[in-house]
Amino acid sequence: MTQMVHVEPAQEQSGGQRQRPPSGTSPARRVVRTGFIVTAVAIVAVTFTYPLLWLISASLKPRYQIFDNVLVPREVQPENYSGLLDTVPFLTWFGNSMVVGVMAALTVTLSSAMVAFGFAYFRFPGRNVLFLLVLGTMMLPAAVTMIPTFLIWQEFGLSQTQVPLWAHNVFASAFYVFLMRQFFLSLPRDTFEAARVDGCGYFGLFWRIAMPLCRPALIVVFIFEFRASWTDLIRPLIYLQDEALYTLPRGLKAVLDAFGQGGEQRWEIVMAASVLATIPLIILFFCAQRYFVEGIATQGRKG
Amino acid sequence: MSAADVRVPLAAPPMTRRRRWQAAWRRPETRWAYLFLLPWILGFLVFTAGPMLASLVLSFTDYDVINPATYVGGENYQRMVEDPEVRTALFNTVLYTVIHVPLSIAIALALAVLLNQIGGRFAGFFRTVFYLPAMTPTVAVGVLFLLLLNGQNGLVNALLRLFGINGPAWTTDPDWVRWGIIIMSLWTIGGTIVILFAALKNVPNDLYEAARIDGAGAWRQFREVTVPMISGSLFFVTIVNTIASLQMFTEVYTMFYGNAQSELQASDSALFYVIYLFQQGFQFLEMGYASALAWGLFAIVLIVTLVQVKLGDRFVYYEGDDR
Repeated sequence: MTQMVHVEPAQEQSGGQRQRPPSGTSPARRVVRTGFIVTAVAIVAVTFTYPLLWLISASLKPRYQIFDNVLVPREVQPENYSGLLDTVPFLTWFGNSMVVGVMAALTVTLSSAMVAFGFAYFRFPGRNVLFLLVLGTMMLPAAVTMIPTFLIWQEFGLSQTQVPLWAHNVFASAFYVFLMRQFFLSLPRDTFEAARVDGCGYFGLFWRIAMPLCRPALIVVFIFEFRASWTDLIRPLIYLQDEALYTLPRGLKAVLDAFGQGGEQRWEIVMAASVLATIPLIILFFCAQRYFVEGIATQGRKG
Repeated sequence: MSAADVRVPLAAPPMTRRRRWQAAWRRPETRWAYLFLLPWILGFLVFTAGPMLASLVLSFTDYDVINPATYVGGENYQRMVEDPEVRTALFNTVLYTVIHVPLSIAIALALAVLLNQIGGRFAGFFRTVFYLPAMTPTVAVGVLFLLLLNGQNGLVNALLRLFGINGPAWTTDPDWVRWGIIIMSLWTIGGTIVILFAALKNVPNDLYEAARIDGAGAWRQFREVTVPMISGSLFFVTIVNTIASLQMFTEVYTMFYGNAQSELQASDSALFYVIYLFQQGFQFLEMGYASALAWGLFAIVLIVTLVQVKLGDRFVYYEGDDR
């Protein structure tokens, strides 16, 4: 009897409190269940993190210990890093990647914001057709235009410079236009109308009202493009022959070919180079994590 | 009389579509709009439409950059159909796409569902951990997996040895290279996890409550509530991942191309379509042939995407409101 009385309200209570979908019956069972799930996820999480830790660890090991698969190096050898900097112009590559990355990100953010504002604020003939065209180019494989684009840059005499790595970004990028348009559309139109009444011009609407309000979106676009530029290998392969102009991915590939596979077998240098190429992105990610997660989640929601 | 003259045009066809269209063009607002769109329009003409036309023209020529292009008709396309390397590259690329896309989405979905069950701070922490590999520069991913997949002393085989399995030479045995690449590709599914996790969080809880009251178990709730409610996001990641997979280049090129020895080892089992296109265009300077290959890729991507969109229309559930 007493048992029955107890069970009823307990069930009711847990049913009312429960915000998540699990189908466990008692709180105790739910704790066990959650504990089980957390453990399972934690194991997967270790598998995801381990390769990165392995890489850092390997970059600090003497050459003959790299493959011992021990996570904490038995002998720490930070000289691998100075060895790398002594053998290749790694810092130059690093600087090149920074310059190219910032140029690519800055230009694409400004131009895409401008175009996105055009689509979001104005009503004009041809808008829907043009926007469909924007969406269409998102599906276009970059490889299709790769060769003529190279010929264009060659025509301009810029095919052996870093310019082709970022200059197309001056002309906005479909994906970011799409992303920013969503943000602009979410702004209350009254804000703009009020500014219009106060005598604000169209460019003022964009620059002084829409842009400041969309700072999170601008940051998302900037960091996305910076990352894309930082990891791009195919363009540097096409355009850069001079080692002094290499960006990091191209440099890292050169290091791999020279000291890793098929080369001198100085893997410790390859490891150090990989770590140094990765760290800036990891730092960027931790500084701007919120924006990364928001930006990626937005993509999916609007699919 | 004159009053009637004035009235006629106003009253008769008040504003035909054509007139409204013309009037709209004269509005200053329209001019401003196109001013804002100018960067994209220019870019579209110079870096998209122009190059596409140019590559179509080039694909009917023989062009090596140094000598002027000569018209060869459909020769490049004929060569493409007969080229055994194209067949290999296409096979590898399609096999990779067909395995990678469903597998990565299934794993990402499973992890996202678990994250959603955990909820709260823990879920946020694990999401960060899962996303971290996606922040690794692609070339570094290639370098890293070259070592992790090493047949003798790589970490993957060390792990397999714990279970008493003698792992294959993932990076050198032509029969296993493709599978090694797929293992590698599963390490960077963080973006997909984040998208699906965000979608799951948006599923209203009362739907689950209602399903439970109707007696639906965990699996049925997943099949009949979760999957339809996140079908938009599932559709999105399927399309995006497919397009990306068909264009796989950087990791594989890093691991197996660009130096004689590794190219020899991997033989043809790591030849992906874009890698072959790149080789033809920029290493052998067969710009005409490479352009034909590019149009081949364009056709494939277009057809695959259209088929997916068509199928997607049938499976994707869109809520009434605009979310």
